[in-house]
Amino acid sequence: MANELTGSVAPNDKTAQAPLIEVSERDLKYWRFNLRLIVITLTIWAIVSYGCGLLLRPLLMGIKVGGADLGFWFAQQGSVLTFVALVFFYSWRMNKLDEEFGMEE
Amino acid sequence: MSQFAINFIFVMGSFALYLAIAIWSRARSTREFYIAGGEVNPVVNGAATAADWLSAASFISVAGLISVGYVNSSFIMGWTGGYVLLATLLAPYLRRFGTYTVPDFVGKRYVSKSARVVAVLCLIVISLTYVIGQMTGAGVAFARFLEVSVETGLIISAAVVFVYAVLGGMKGVTYTQVAQYVVLILAFTIPAIYLSLMMTGHFLPQTGLFGKHAASGMPLLQKLDQVVRDLGFQDYTADVDNKWNMFLFTLTLMVGTAGLPHIIIRFFTVPNIRQARWSAGWALLFIATFYTTVPALAAMSRLNLLETVYPGGVEEPLVYEERPEWFKNWEVTGLLKFEDKNGDGRIQFYNAGNETFASTTAAERGWAGNELTVNNDILVLALPEIANMPPWLIGLMAAGGIAAALSTASGLLLAISSAISHDLLKNTLLPNLSDKQEMLYARISMTGAIIVATWLGLNPPGFAAQTVALAFGMAAATLFPCIVQGIFNKRMNSKGAIAGMIAGAIVTIGYIFTYLGFFFIPGTALFPNTPEHWILGISPLSVGVIGAIANFIVGTIVSLSTTAPTREIQQMVARVRYPTAKPAAVN
Repeated sequence: MANELTGSVAPNDKTAQAPLIEVSERDLKYWRFNLRLIVITLTIWAIVSYGCGLLLRPLLMGIKVGGADLGFWFAQQGSVLTFVALVFFYSWRMNKLDEEFGMEE
Repeated sequence: MSQFAINFIFVMGSFALYLAIAIWSRARSTREFYIAGGEVNPVVNGAATAADWLSAASFISVAGLISVGYVNSSFIMGWTGGYVLLATLLAPYLRRFGTYTVPDFVGKRYVSKSARVVAVLCLIVISLTYVIGQMTGAGVAFARFLEVSVETGLIISAAVVFVYAVLGGMKGVTYTQVAQYVVLILAFTIPAIYLSLMMTGHFLPQTGLFGKHAASGMPLLQKLDQVVRDLGFQDYTADVDNKWNMFLFTLTLMVGTAGLPHIIIRFFTVPNIRQARWSAGWALLFIATFYTTVPALAAMSRLNLLETVYPGGVEEPLVYEERPEWFKNWEVTGLLKFEDKNGDGRIQFYNAGNETFASTTAAERGWAGNELTVNNDILVLALPEIANMPPWLIGLMAAGGIAAALSTASGLLLAISSAISHDLLKNTLLPNLSDKQEMLYARISMTGAIIVATWLGLNPPGFAAQTVALAFGMAAATLFPCIVQGIFNKRMNSKGAIAGMIAGAIVTIGYIFTYLGFFFIPGTALFPNTPEHWILGISPLSVGVIGAIANFIVGTIVSLSTTAPTREIQQMVARVRYPTAKPAAVN
């Protein structure tokens, strides 16, 4: 741990030297969970907008939604609704995770 | 009572409200001035963020842009999707880190005055170019509704912003923005509901868009496709060929949104990281209310306009002398222009640029060119008259358009002034300032920013229309990667951060200037701004995301080839990730 965190600290200035903090396995687990949640959130974010609303639209042409097709719906409405759901979901899950890991400030 | 009097009462009433809020929310410390004391409720901050975000241009012009058809869906996805990036990659960590401004984070995280100053410069380029359009937008909104000149409107707006922003700083701006959000969202959605009920029978414009067109019984979008096709336009829902550029453009808007300083600083005002996360959700919900109404309004207004011009189907254009009253009103402003090219006294409005259509169908019908020039802003501005709404609703729209301009301008001005007083003065040039002195400097900076912005609004540089593209490109290419690297890459050091921001700025500005002219001066472009001259088919408006990639690559390489950040810095990053990490036992 200490080796990983070596840096240039004035050796005679004890007060400026921050105490070494210990990053536990639990902390890393918390962070890995967060990263995984971000990857999941951003994957869905990309699928609904860049996928369904844009690049994959020709594949969804056959599915009709009120006078247009599914790709058009995603581009003009579906992706926005999904974004809102995603941000609330991410907030809810991370706030719950903070509680589980006692990470609240 | 005349319409002017009603508009006047609504606008003055809203100003009185903002000024009352300003007096109530005076800032008493720098903490209140910069981050509203850090005590803002997450829902309140969400509404303030939405007002910060929705500008005069969103209110008046976006529906017109979207009404072009599917291709402009980029704006809908781009201007909402950025909040997912903001909520997952930036806002919570920045709140936990606890700074006053965006350059403040950069300066503290990289422990570097140079990095701080580079960030301040990027911020000023971004926010100042962005604010020009807001100031002119405020003037235009005034001129439209209150029959004053654009210049007078601009100066009145600046004076109102001056009172609440100088007195209250972030605190004043926050609470007036909440009031402004309420005004602008009501002013935008109520006319949309009217139109939706009229066209489709649906109360919600969002469902009306995919519902049935009441007059013909056909699905609305199918009807619209049919009408525009019969006039030689491209189908409204038609797919586009250049998906690559649409993809990059949408991504640039999203990443740029997440990197805009005036939006990021809003998340410093909530009490803690939990609330910062929730607040991002509320902000996006409030913004989504607007951005799901816009496409419905766009499609319905366009169809409605075409139905007005072709009351008996596309073969029978409207007789000019029989045009409705609202048509005459907007001809006066020049937003609608009629020129009878074939001398038949009827209005032919079609796509004369479509050569096949012009030489066959149009020629057979005896049409000699498009006779109606429509400024797309009319789709929103003329809405109350088209849908026969009561006069008070027009008054509300006047107040709403002005609220949209003021709220965005004040957020931008705050981002600029706090970067000057807190980062440039307090943390770089004049480190010995007391809290009281810093507050005074903050107020002076705000005054200075308002004067500069007003001057720029009155004398807009010729490139004003291009500057929003520059602002988004720069936000995507400089600040966004710098902040994200600061949180997610422990190894990132100040040299890497600075090199990255400079590389991102050079790529973005260089590419934009190559096609749009050196400092947008006409005639100085190296290549014509047409797709065949673009590198890899990338339009200059979409280059921000390429700049961001350059920033990530250059930053990482420079960082890895120079010394690692100190232990303190790495611990600081650790605390942003897991705040409860305990101090290790002394060994």
